[in-house]
Amino acid sequence: MKNALLGLATLALYLLHQDVWFWRSARPFLLGFLPVGLAYHALYCLLASLLMLLLVRHAWPAQLEREADTRDERHRRP
Amino acid sequence: MIPALIVFAYLGVVVYIGVFAFRHAHGRKEVEDYFLANRSLGPFVFLMSLFGTNMTAFSILGSSGHAFANGIVTFGLMASPAALVMPLMLFLVGTRVWALGKRHGFITPVQLFRDRWETSHVGTVIFAVQAVLLVPYVIIGVMGGGTTLAAVSGGRVPYWLGGALVAAVVMSYVFFGGMRGTAWVNTFQTTLFLVFGAVAVLVIGWGMGGFSASVAALAASPQAFLLTRERFSTLDFFSYTFIPLSSIAFPHITIFCLTAERMAHFKRTVIFYPLCLLAIWLPCTFLGVMANRAAADVPAVQAKLEARATLATQASTLSAEERAGLRAKASGDDVLVQLLNHYAPAWLAGLLAAGIMAAVMATDSQILALSTMFTEDVFAHYEGKARFGEAAQVMTGRAFVIGLTVVAYLIALRMPESIFAIAVQYAFTGYAALAPLLIGALFWRGSTKWGALASTLFVATGVLGIAAVNAYVPAPLPGQPTPVWSLAGQDVVVRTAGGLSVLGFMPVVPMVLVSSLLLVVVSLLTPRPSAATLARYFAD
Repeated sequence: MKNALLGLATLALYLLHQDVWFWRSARPFLLGFLPVGLAYHALYCLLASLLMLLLVRHAWPAQLEREADTRDERHRRP
Repeated sequence: MIPALIVFAYLGVVVYIGVFAFRHAHGRKEVEDYFLANRSLGPFVFLMSLFGTNMTAFSILGSSGHAFANGIVTFGLMASPAALVMPLMLFLVGTRVWALGKRHGFITPVQLFRDRWETSHVGTVIFAVQAVLLVPYVIIGVMGGGTTLAAVSGGRVPYWLGGALVAAVVMSYVFFGGMRGTAWVNTFQTTLFLVFGAVAVLVIGWGMGGFSASVAALAASPQAFLLTRERFSTLDFFSYTFIPLSSIAFPHITIFCLTAERMAHFKRTVIFYPLCLLAIWLPCTFLGVMANRAAADVPAVQAKLEARATLATQASTLSAEERAGLRAKASGDDVLVQLLNHYAPAWLAGLLAAGIMAAVMATDSQILALSTMFTEDVFAHYEGKARFGEAAQVMTGRAFVIGLTVVAYLIALRMPESIFAIAVQYAFTGYAALAPLLIGALFWRGSTKWGALASTLFVATGVLGIAAVNAYVPAPLPGQPTPVWSLAGQDVVVRTAGGLSVLGFMPVVPMVLVSSLLLVVVSLLTPRPSAATLARYFAD
């Protein structure tokens, strides 16, 4: 369930990239100088970082590191 | 000339770090130490050097140049989709590559493919395609070095000499320092750029009389479209979300994933990567747009705007050569340096230009990756290591570094296209379309070598096709696309002023979709690897 929700959140963020609603607008200017289309995508980067934090906290593939410690001697270089 | 002298001093520091400070190969396994820094990078160096590896001439000079001509759309095209897709790929694919590399001793992605799909020659084909696609990336680094040094020195250091100097510096520390030298140089350079990049924004903003006033003036001018995306196609904008798939398929990134000491080091990288992208791309994009308001102060910018205006109003009366000449004059790849030269004091402009040079020299990782691939996937695979030993393998890698850098430099001297166009059209598109191979190998037990071969050959053919059409069908005037292939009255492939368009999308979209489809369909029709091999890759 948790992984499904994280997957949905990832898909939603991907779709939110296509912000046609700000396509032709320059105003308002965030902080007085950042056009809204640029400010939106700056915020998008912050949301992406937040999503990554959630993925790392709740879906980290810890088993991979355990498996990696089990070295496959047949294929290891000498 | 002061900025140029500071940049030269900076290049000296970089060589020192790369060549002398990190020669720790003695007493270690020579190959893994030279090519992978002995899989021992800590979390900070891993984050900063991985990010630095991706911050190339394209990111700094190409982004500000593209924003100068196209406006704020640049950030949404390349930075924000990468902020989601790149760390997601590191999280999903990078961690698995790291684990498999540690478990089986892989050094290159082709070694993984060969083992996973029980094949030798298909791996060689993948190596060849990957290597050819990576070369343009190396070339843009050299071009960026030439452009930056020429602009910083006010033309005293010509383009050919600037490119040669940067190529020689990069070649030196990659030759001696290998992955360890490269990683530490990248860490130093990325830190430098992040610090001085922030200073650059403040200094230029202050010099221009404040950003609020400049933005308001731009919004009231005929160039107000630069503050919106009204002149950009929504389908093209969507197409760009496919480009960051290339990031994990680039061999230098895949190989870099193998250098982390612990898998936990990926955690901070995954979380902070979007923030680092924001810190670099937002100022570059914004300053590129704002450069359009600097014409009155900066003669070089005025000349670019005049060339752009001539192209817009008289293009139909000009010959193809005249249009190409004007396009070169209007190119904004050096606007950031021009702004620094004008608005910052000489010593600060030099430091900031050194920061830009830091990004330009991220090409080191691509050179090292190509060297690693050649020595591991060709030299060692075809018994060179068995016959001549590990020391000869490292020497072969070093010789390859020299040969590749010289070839890239010679090509850069003759390359007429802008940094942005080369990177996007060939390297990014090709590697994005190769991403299904890595994803298929790691996540789908049904993938086979024949599926991988079909996908790889399609990518090679597709990229060649794009290059051929771009070369033989002259670029039309903006807004007047030339149909290349029509079907039942519908234009399928169209040559536009910026490149190719397939049903309104950039070529990367059909390339990724068809590459994935071929991998799936051909794999379903051909036998899987043995159960023993699959058991080593898939736990259940």
